[in-house]
Amino acid sequence: MITELGHFALILALGVAVVQMIVPMIGAHKGWRGWMEMAVPAATIQFLLVLGSFLALTYAFVTSDFSVQLVTLNSHTAKPMLYKVSGVWGNHEGSMLLWVLIVALFGAMAAWFGGNLPQRLKARVLAVQSSISVAFLAFVLFTSNPFIRIEQPPFDGRDLNPLLQDVGLAFHPPFLYLGYVGLSMAFSFAVAALIEGRIDAAWGRWVRPWTLAAWIFLTIGIALGSWWAYYELGWGGFWFWDPVENASFMPWLFAAALLHSAIVVEKRESLKSWTILLAILAFGFSLIGTFIVRSGVITSVHAFASDPERGVFILLILALFTGGALTLFAARANTMEARGVFGFVSRESALVTNNILLAVSSFVVFVGTIWPLIGEIFDRKISVGPPFFEAAFTPFMVVLALLLPIGSMLPWKRAKLGRVVKKLVPAFVLAVAVGSLVWAIQADKTALGPIGMFLGTWLVAGAFTDLAGRTGRGTIGNRLSRATRLPRSDWGKLCAHAGFGITIMGISGLMAWSIEDIRVAQVGEPFQVSNYEVTLMGVGQEQGPNYMSTKAEIRVVRNGTSTTTLYPEKRVYPVQAMPTTEAAIANGFWRDIYVVIGDPQAGGAWAVRTFIKPFANWIWAGSIIMALGGLISLTDRRFRVAAGAAKTPMQGVPAE
Amino acid sequence: MKRLILSSLLAMSLSMSPALAVNPDEVLGDPALEQRARDISIDLRCVVCRGENIDESNAPIARDLRLLVRERLVEGDSNDEVVDFVVERYGEYVLMKPNTSGANVILWAAGPVLLIVALIAGGLYLRRRSQAKETAVALSSDEEARLQELLKD
Repeated sequence: MITELGHFALILALGVAVVQMIVPMIGAHKGWRGWMEMAVPAATIQFLLVLGSFLALTYAFVTSDFSVQLVTLNSHTAKPMLYKVSGVWGNHEGSMLLWVLIVALFGAMAAWFGGNLPQRLKARVLAVQSSISVAFLAFVLFTSNPFIRIEQPPFDGRDLNPLLQDVGLAFHPPFLYLGYVGLSMAFSFAVAALIEGRIDAAWGRWVRPWTLAAWIFLTIGIALGSWWAYYELGWGGFWFWDPVENASFMPWLFAAALLHSAIVVEKRESLKSWTILLAILAFGFSLIGTFIVRSGVITSVHAFASDPERGVFILLILALFTGGALTLFAARANTMEARGVFGFVSRESALVTNNILLAVSSFVVFVGTIWPLIGEIFDRKISVGPPFFEAAFTPFMVVLALLLPIGSMLPWKRAKLGRVVKKLVPAFVLAVAVGSLVWAIQADKTALGPIGMFLGTWLVAGAFTDLAGRTGRGTIGNRLSRATRLPRSDWGKLCAHAGFGITIMGISGLMAWSIEDIRVAQVGEPFQVSNYEVTLMGVGQEQGPNYMSTKAEIRVVRNGTSTTTLYPEKRVYPVQAMPTTEAAIANGFWRDIYVVIGDPQAGGAWAVRTFIKPFANWIWAGSIIMALGGLISLTDRRFRVAAGAAKTPMQGVPAE
Repeated sequence: MKRLILSSLLAMSLSMSPALAVNPDEVLGDPALEQRARDISIDLRCVVCRGENIDESNAPIARDLRLLVRERLVEGDSNDEVVDFVVERYGEYVLMKPNTSGANVILWAAGPVLLIVALIAGGLYLRRRSQAKETAVALSSDEEARLQELLKD
């Protein structure tokens, strides 16, 4: 019954979305107040209906209702509750329902918090947002209905893929989707502005928080996925340049670019048409990502061709929205008159460079991702793997990191390069010192490690120099108290840029100095890996809630003093007949010790893999700091004031 | 097929079924030779897996390839000769890093060419903005009306 109600709510939501797509748009065109105003309740109702539908599906999973086909295919009674819930989006149909839920949520949030938007713009934004809802609601209802029943329900389900039964991965898709779909707001604002034929500083201020929120979610989502890969897949890799990963990375790069170009629109009223284009492209790449992940096209063109229904539907959505928006852009872009004037050396030009690097690097990822597909069309089977991306993508990030501290300190309009460079000399000296120190002490003379440490230090020190420069002159006490009163966006900038530096250090440290040891270990016989003495103490069998486990006890002693005991596992999930490796990791500030137990060998011995992974945690710590920076920036006064302006009566505007 | 689509979100997990990839019995006695084998392995794709190199994969074919690479190295082949040998047998699909033959030039050149184009376009834009005159900002009639309204209070 509840399942049918969920299905029905979804159909109603489609109806509401269609109305919300059409009526406010006409209202905005004709200037009919009532027609425009209906967008707000419609967005709320649409959200509540989709939420109801989503909760109905969740209920089916939680109660293990195996008369629902989706639950049978993806759940099992013995599965822990957390994974019963995460099983809702651990499959195609459910994850698309989550996608629609988030589209509706963002639309509703724009309706709730958009009190100070001009009425026309608001009506158009909500109508465009609703058109995205319409497309995906139709997609779910017509090609991926999660509410299909089975006539004869089985006694138990087929369980969720055991690799997905994991805390990190349980929350990975919702965050990614919040990010993907968050970009739909920027898209809706861009299209609404194109229809309106007008874009100004206020527009930039409205778009930025949405883009920032989307970028924060994408950052967290990508970091969670990479962290999961690190500890779950059993050899400590954290990024594979897999098409599915690239699908989330491209929108992230575009969101980062958009975030920065919207600042220029907001502060200087320049780069308007470029910002609009970026907003369209950012969401376009979210759709491309969805297409890549959902259609199975990258696995093989032939797999796609044999069951093209879903893929073609998403391709149509993609073509309609990006094609439509780009056409509109081509027709209207020249009405966006730029106002600001600025010199060749200025914050504006630095941000243009930032945008060029981020956008082009994203296109490189895109070309690399789809190249095997293009090759297949010409009957050539080609692989594009990590070595390509490392060679073709990394240089962009190196240049970006080199320029970032300088660019972020340049004043608006017209800058003197010498003045900024002079301020950054201490940061540069520190970075060179760290780089050379690392070069001197590293065992293998790799270039990657020292360069990464140099860039990371340069970014972190540069970010602090930037903040310090904003506290003016005077005693240290004065400057510190001034620093606490700086706008939160300044602190957000510090965190985001420093976090980027920390992530660079983590990636280069891990890639340059990872140590690996593979051997047949006899129980009780210690062996040496780097500075660590590793002993396999014993191996036992254990029974988990829905799996059987082979659990080893491994003792690691460092320099004969501090001892850590690790318990790596090998699990077998009988329902899916699938083995998983649970690596045991001793996390540390400077390095992780990472052990994996393998197959039993002759004579009671076991295969054991031991890794020393330097700086591993820095990758995710840096990502979290980046996301935190975004969050701090999001709470900046100008956004809060903008959001609250509708409720409090206008008090008069302070002169700037 | 159904399974394939269902698992597209799980694609990563499917492709990377975990276990020990390189087994202890495969490791060569000579550490220098073993290191060369590892370096070669990272650039060779496991042909039945998705996006995994033979060093990471635990598929039987990957093991065969790892043994083959080591066999060739012991025979005295250079790194390039080993790679050529494998490519000859399994096709260029095994190369994780595509070569620059034929249309692959586009793949490799896409980044640099696009960067140059973007830099030129950006440079032209910057020149235009730096030579433009600051335009006087006139209020639209709507804004004028709103301003009058605000001033009344």
